[in-house]
Amino acid sequence: MPDNLDLQLDDNGRLRHFLSIEGLNQAILTEILDTAESFTSVVDRTIKKVPILRGITVANLFFESSTRTRSTFELAEQRLSADILSLNVSTSATVKGESLLDTLQNLEAMQIDMFVIRHQDSGSAHFFAQHVRPGVSVLNAGDGQHEHPTQAMLDMYTIRHYKKDFSGLRVAIVGDILHSRVARSQIHALNLLNTAEIRVVAPRTLLPVATESLGVSVYEDLELGLKDVDVVIMLRLQKERMRGALLPSEKEYFRKYGLSQERLKLARPDAIVMHPGPANRGVEIESSVMDGNQSVILQQVSFGISVRMAVMAMIVGQSGASS
Amino acid sequence: MSLHIKNGLVVAPAESAQRAADLYLQDGKIVGIDQAPAGFEAAHTIDAGGHWVMPGLVDCQARLRDPGQPEKANIESETLAAIRNGITTLCLPPDTQPPIDNSATVELIHHRNEMFGHKAHLYPIGALTRGLGGEQLSNMASLRDNGCIAFSNAKAPLANNLVQRRAMDYAAGQQSLVIIQPLDQDLLGNGCAHEGAVATRLGLPSIPEAAETAALAKDIELVAQTGARTHFGQLSCARSVDMIRRAKAKGLPISADCAIHQLFLTDHDIACFDSNMFTIPPLRSQSDRDALREGLADGTIDCLCSDHQPHEVDAKLKPFPSAEPGISGLDTLLPLALRLVEEGVLPLADLVAKLTLNPARILGLPGGNIEPGAAADLIIVDPEIHWICHAADFVSKGKNTAFEGWDFDGAVTHTIVAGTIVYQR
Repeated sequence: MPDNLDLQLDDNGRLRHFLSIEGLNQAILTEILDTAESFTSVVDRTIKKVPILRGITVANLFFESSTRTRSTFELAEQRLSADILSLNVSTSATVKGESLLDTLQNLEAMQIDMFVIRHQDSGSAHFFAQHVRPGVSVLNAGDGQHEHPTQAMLDMYTIRHYKKDFSGLRVAIVGDILHSRVARSQIHALNLLNTAEIRVVAPRTLLPVATESLGVSVYEDLELGLKDVDVVIMLRLQKERMRGALLPSEKEYFRKYGLSQERLKLARPDAIVMHPGPANRGVEIESSVMDGNQSVILQQVSFGISVRMAVMAMIVGQSGASS
Repeated sequence: MSLHIKNGLVVAPAESAQRAADLYLQDGKIVGIDQAPAGFEAAHTIDAGGHWVMPGLVDCQARLRDPGQPEKANIESETLAAIRNGITTLCLPPDTQPPIDNSATVELIHHRNEMFGHKAHLYPIGALTRGLGGEQLSNMASLRDNGCIAFSNAKAPLANNLVQRRAMDYAAGQQSLVIIQPLDQDLLGNGCAHEGAVATRLGLPSIPEAAETAALAKDIELVAQTGARTHFGQLSCARSVDMIRRAKAKGLPISADCAIHQLFLTDHDIACFDSNMFTIPPLRSQSDRDALREGLADGTIDCLCSDHQPHEVDAKLKPFPSAEPGISGLDTLLPLALRLVEEGVLPLADLVAKLTLNPARILGLPGGNIEPGAAADLIIVDPEIHWICHAADFVSKGKNTAFEGWDFDGAVTHTIVAGTIVYQR
C-alpha cells in the first residue's frame, strides 16, 4: 500500500492529490502559501475569474454537512472557471445502501477530474485516492478525526499574513484536540514550517493519548498555556461531548477553557485569535474576544478561498494567477 | 487402510526434541512407533526423509462462516484450506447465523461437513446465552450432549455480571469449559485501533488496553468465585499476560491463547489505513507483542490460534473504520508459527504443543499427540520449501490477509486424518 507521500506527490514531487499535511514537505507548503497570495488579487478584482480550471469538472462530495468549507471550495472552483457538480451525499445514494466505492465509480463515469470529499471516516480521502483512475485528483475537505488540510493551510496563510515568519512563534491550540481533524493538520503544518513552539491546551478527556508524539507540548491549564503566545487558535466544542461524559458542562468548560478578554492578556499584546468556525460564543470564546481587534476569524474565511484556489491550481500544474 | 511413514523426524509435543522414527498407522490410529506391530502390512508407504512429522494442528478458534455467510466462506472452502495447511481440527465459535445455540445448528454443521467437507474434524463451541443475546442461558446440557465442546458468547456482550456469574456457575456444574474473549463493550465503543501514537496521528477511534484488561480482571474474579474452568481467547495486551500468569500461579483453572497475527504485527502496520490490519482486539504496541511472545515461551499462553475470519472483498474495500475486522488466517497459521522457532521464541516441540496437544487437552479433544493408540491425525512438513505469501494463492475463500508478500519457509506435504491421506502436495 502506498504511503501518504507516494500517494500525494507525483514522481517529480508535484501535488497529485491533497489528502493530508502529513507526508508533505516545507517547500510544498510554502508554494501553496505563495500561490494563494498571488490569487488574492484575483479575489479583489471586479471580474473575479481566471481560466485555470476551464474544462475541468470538479465534484464536491460532502458526506457530512458543511457551510464554510463547502462554500469556499465552490467559490474557489468558480473563480478558477471549473465546471462544478455539488452533491449532498448524506441525503442521497449512500443512504440508499450504495457503497462508497460505487458512488465514486458512478461519478467517475461522468468524467469528473477532481473530487473534493468530506466524509466521517478517518482515512476516507486516502481510500478515494487509492481507487480513482490515474489522472483524477482527490482533495480532502475533512476525513473523520484525521485531517482537514485546506483548513490548516488557510490558517497558516492567516498566521503568515499577520506574523510573517513562523520560526519565532509560539502557537496555542485550545480545545477538543481528540476529535479535531483541524488540530492534527495544523500541528503537522506548524511543525513543517518550523514554528518555535506549538502548545495544545485541553482537559485530559479531550486529548488523545501520546499527544506529545505529534510534536507539541501539552497544557491542561489554559492560563499557563496562553502565557506569551503569539497565536491563539480556539477549536469548536461540540455539544455532544457533554453526553459522552467527556465534560461536565458547557459552563464549567467556559470557566476553565473559555477565551476571555482577561485571559487573552496573558498572551503577547499583539497576539492574534483564530477559530476555524463555527464558533460557540460563550462556550469556548467570549463574544468580546471574537469581535475584538485581536480576532482574525473573518479574515480566515476570506483567505480560505485563495488557499483552496492555490491547491487546485497546483494540482493541475499551474503555479499562480499570472500563468 | 494401513500406512507406514518412514525416515521422518517425529515432533511429538510431549517430548522435548524431535527424533528420527518410523510411524505405523492402522484403522485410524497410530499403532507403532519405531517398530511395526506384529503382522503389520503397509498398504502405502510415505518416505518423509528430511521432513517433520507432527500431529495435525488443532485450531481452537476459526470462523468458517457456515451457516449464514456464504459470501465470506463455507465449510467446503475452509475445511479444504485447513487440510491443505496442516490443520486437522477446527473449533468453531458460536456466532454463525443462526448462532450455535440449538442442537439443529450443531447437526447442520456436522451434516454439511460430511456432505461437503474435506475430512477436517469440526467441533462447535456452543453459545453461552440464547441467540448470543446475553440475557438467557442456552440449553447448555443438551448442546453438550450434542457435541458442543465448550461454551462462549464470542464477541457478543452479556447483559450484566449476574448473567455471567450464573452462566459460569451453570457451565461449571456440568463440567463444561467456558471460553471468554475479554472485551468491555463500553470501553471498546466504536474504536478500531489500539489507543496509542498511531491512532492519535491517524485520528482513528481508539481502543484502550482497559477494554481487554478491565474485562479480564472481572472475568478472573468470577472464575475464582465460581470455579468454572475457563479459557481466555485472543489476548492482545502485555497486562493481560501478566494477569493470566498471576491467576495461574494462584491455581485458578484457567488457560489462554492468542491469535498468531498478534505475535507479528503491531499498530504501526496500519501504515496508511490498511483495512486488512483492522482486527478486534486491535493490533497493539511492540511491547504488547513482545510480552505475548514471552507469555507464549514461559507457558502463560497455552495455545496459538488462527482466529480465522474470512471476508468477501467488499467487506475490506472501505475506509478503515467502516471495514469489517478480522484476518483470514488458515493459510498462514503454520508458516507464521514456524517463524517463531526461527526467531528463537521457543523450540519446535514446544511450538507444536501450542498448536496441537495443549488445545486438544484444554478442549478435551482426541488427537494432538503422537503415541501408540492416538488418533492418526498427522501432517508432514518440509521445512525447506520457500514460498511467498500471496492472497491470490490462498485456499481459503477469504483473501483478506495481513501478510501479503511475506517470505515463508516450510510447507505441508501431506495431511493425514484418521489414518487416511487427505492432502498430498
